[in-house]
Amino acid sequence: MAIFRTTATKFKSPVNRKSLFPYLLLAPGLLYLAIFFLAPIATLGQMSTKTKNSDGVTYSQVFRFQNYIDAFLQSKEQFARSFLYGLLATILALAIAYPLAYGIAFKAGRFKNVLLVLIVAPFFTSFLLRTIAWKQILGEEGPVIKVFRALHIIGPTTSLTASAFAVVTGLTYNFLPFMTLPLYASLERIDPRTLEASGDLYANGFTTFRKVTVPLSMPGVVAGTLLTFIPAAGDYINAAILGNPDTKMLGNVIDARFFRIVDYPTAAALSFTLMAAILILVTIYIRRAGTEELV
Amino acid sequence: MSRWFSRNLIRIYMVLGFTYLFIPVAYTFAFSFNDAGRSNLVWKGFTLKNWQNPCGAPDICTALGNSLKIGIISTAIATILGTLIAFAIGRYNFKGRSSTNLLIFLPMATPEIVLGASLLTMFLNLGINPGLTTIIIAHVMFCISFVVVTVKARIASLDPRLEQAAMDLYANEFETFRRVTLPLVAPGIAGAALLAFSLSFDDFIITNFNSGTVATFPKFVYTAATRGIPAQANVIGSAMFFIALFVVIAGQLFNRKRRVKI
Repeated sequence: MAIFRTTATKFKSPVNRKSLFPYLLLAPGLLYLAIFFLAPIATLGQMSTKTKNSDGVTYSQVFRFQNYIDAFLQSKEQFARSFLYGLLATILALAIAYPLAYGIAFKAGRFKNVLLVLIVAPFFTSFLLRTIAWKQILGEEGPVIKVFRALHIIGPTTSLTASAFAVVTGLTYNFLPFMTLPLYASLERIDPRTLEASGDLYANGFTTFRKVTVPLSMPGVVAGTLLTFIPAAGDYINAAILGNPDTKMLGNVIDARFFRIVDYPTAAALSFTLMAAILILVTIYIRRAGTEELV
Repeated sequence: MSRWFSRNLIRIYMVLGFTYLFIPVAYTFAFSFNDAGRSNLVWKGFTLKNWQNPCGAPDICTALGNSLKIGIISTAIATILGTLIAFAIGRYNFKGRSSTNLLIFLPMATPEIVLGASLLTMFLNLGINPGLTTIIIAHVMFCISFVVVTVKARIASLDPRLEQAAMDLYANEFETFRRVTLPLVAPGIAGAALLAFSLSFDDFIITNFNSGTVATFPKFVYTAATRGIPAQANVIGSAMFFIALFVVIAGQLFNRKRRVKI
């Protein structure tokens, strides 16, 4: 993926020749992924069409594709919510991250590396602790609710925690570095001379930004939105900590089916549907955005 | 005033942006000094006793120890496997290159819950009880792709003339690799290892599916969240933050020094 800087020039390396050697390098890693990534996905696919036997513990393969329809109908609200929250969080993260990445790439001077470290730094405090911190920030004792009430944005009895607002806030915050880093990587690659050229041709600052900077940063936008949307749509921690029963996402349903209801076929069917939906969306998006260099 | 404002708009925005990024971290840090008792959600008064006794909460240091052990082992394995793949992709033309790229990309494009659920389904099918080993297996699996991407980017940014120069000076392939290529790629490998460790250390979703009764630090925090998180969790979270920051900054300084020497 174009998260990191890659140069397009493929060169003939001194050790570049036809041999079995590259396969030897690939074999251990790819074998590992085949056994612990592809095989489990296949197992999940098998599980999704099984039914529970009358003993309540074992399962038989009956190719019951009805499982998918049942699972979808039971949880279509959570399904829609996953995509809605994921989309909202992605748009918000893009709006917050773009100026940040722009500032680091063009205005930070010698502080560039320090600021980049600071973008990643919040990652080092546990993801769960930061999500719980949001519960405190948005809670009755926190600063946000006081400001919102003083400005009459919300009424005196409305609370911010245990709401869709809190879940989207948490999702936006938690995946922000995934948006900022690819954006930075593509902005930093822009040759400043193209911006000067635009100015020489009488474009003002805004026109230059709109017609030169934004189009050139599109690979970063595509990579960033994908890296934010995929984990956000599949997440259930934010909904579990910051949400209420009406803000449950598909992840919460899968988690409950696995561990509380112990209904593996439905959980598997839901997981498969989520994965397929995300892969289809990603493919369409990449085609539309026209960046093939992503993979 | 308004001209000053428009000229510094991006700077003002950046200050606001970074404030936003660090408010939750500041909260976590501040509440590590809270004289909290059982639940650490409301401020009750300043104390140093959580920092003096970070293992004070039951089971917290067992969980931390597990997380460190899992992090170190999975980072080592994933870094080796991923670096080998990165060299193959970055340095060789071979048949099946695009399917290899796809296989590397797919785990990153799959939601964590699907990765966790599918591995657990397979382990259950095979009659394997989840535990420390299955957690490590899972962590290596999702770290490999990130290692490949990071190291591959570093390899792609190398100047090929350096290697050609080494060969011109009668270094053979192995010497060129050991004396020129590897030292140049090393910062990329170190960065990839750091990334893998932080992904492993902070992972909750996949771990929760494949851990059985073994607790990791994130799992401890999540389980504790229902009955009140001890302030010691904030101590460990904050300490990890400062340690990681120190490692990254030290790495950058070391790199700068090395660059001057080269």
